[in-house]
Amino acid sequence: MNKLVKNADEAVAEIFDGAVLAIGGFGLCGIPENCIAALVKKRVKNLTCISNNAGVDDFGIGLLLQQRQVKKMISSYVGENKLFEEMVLSGELELELTPQGTLAEKLRAGGAGIPAFFTATGYGTQIGELKETREFNGRHYILERSLFADFSIVKAWKGDTMGNLVFRGTARNFNPDVATASYKTIAEVEELVPAGELNPDHIHVPGIYIKKIFQGSAYEKRIERRMLRKG
Amino acid sequence: MALTREQIAQRIALELKDGDYVNLGIGIPTLVANYIPKGINVILQSENGLLGVGPYPTEKEVDPDLINAGKETVTTLPGSSIFSSSQSFAMIRGGHMDLTIMGAMEVDEVGNIANWIIPGKMVKGMGGAMDLVASGSRLIVAMQHVSKNGESKVLPQCNLPLTGVKVVKKIVTELAVIDVTEQGLVLREHAPGVSVDNIVKATAAKLTVPKVVTEMRFSV
Repeated sequence: MNKLVKNADEAVAEIFDGAVLAIGGFGLCGIPENCIAALVKKRVKNLTCISNNAGVDDFGIGLLLQQRQVKKMISSYVGENKLFEEMVLSGELELELTPQGTLAEKLRAGGAGIPAFFTATGYGTQIGELKETREFNGRHYILERSLFADFSIVKAWKGDTMGNLVFRGTARNFNPDVATASYKTIAEVEELVPAGELNPDHIHVPGIYIKKIFQGSAYEKRIERRMLRKG
Repeated sequence: MALTREQIAQRIALELKDGDYVNLGIGIPTLVANYIPKGINVILQSENGLLGVGPYPTEKEVDPDLINAGKETVTTLPGSSIFSSSQSFAMIRGGHMDLTIMGAMEVDEVGNIANWIIPGKMVKGMGGAMDLVASGSRLIVAMQHVSKNGESKVLPQCNLPLTGVKVVKKIVTELAVIDVTEQGLVLREHAPGVSVDNIVKATAAKLTVPKVVTEMRFSV
């Protein structure tokens, strides 16, 4: 078994025009910077991207939007990304707005073999329109279908040659859920270590979900809102 | 005098109970963290995956891997924990949170809230708001009573697409504190120097005015 690939170009080589991609990250935190850059370079088109946000205008998935490589986004939040909002309002980009928790659960459930689930989130709103509803114990729920992608792309702090992953801080966010929601999951990590170096008790994502792994380079880790306290 | 944003936050902070697990939305709700009363310990949740949100970092502490749901740099505290998005919303959806404080574009008489889209004009997205309002935790809305154009944002019925149905329990604005009850909206407190008449005029919704409407206070 060899999950190691040389770099991002090799990791995304199989990704084809029209593919459905699940991508980890929240805002610009914990995004697979190397793989996104490789997708821009590869000029792959008509992508459907499942990702909480679409980065900002000039970083993260925003780079794919700029190059008009994305046909559809499945996201919970558009705010603070002008290009994203403009492309949606003009009809250039399809958007399936999904509540954040529903989005996370769609990925988790999809990866866990659960095709759909009931949730109270969105009941009585536009999100619940045209969806099956059910009442359980006096509360109303809507039926949400799970998600499963052609490829998932995640970013972790450390990973080993078996594909086991460990995250750092809130860069974890959607990454563990995204990692499970495909049979072709790519992980880029800040530090790749030999199997045996990570404590099995401390693994956040077990290696079974990861098909390709590489150590990324030149992480920018851009901060969206640098807030400071005095002292 | 109408309240400042900080004063709205300060008034809401009095609603916090010791041991509460609380989610603060973006805007005025975030400011509530600055006014937590002495002797009250609350655990702030950030839905990107952090329980125990600490203050903003110093220049030295800034860490791009540590942000809140508003994408602001933050710190952890002793006892903080970090988890995935699905875990974060499991604790929200599962009803484990005590209190949610959130901004709104519109609220109405039955406690409906709208804050994620202005059709044709603005798509902001609901982010975690729909999950939070549907979680069953107590929901307090922090908002301006009247829009910049002078229109009331406390309506008989929301005009904008809803974020949640019959979920708001309390509304705190620059003018008033209003409870959402089975019988509709009830005025509880007025801002210092703001008359009940002015509040009624600024409220498009039907507002019940009980015999006693107290002046807002800002400390225990």
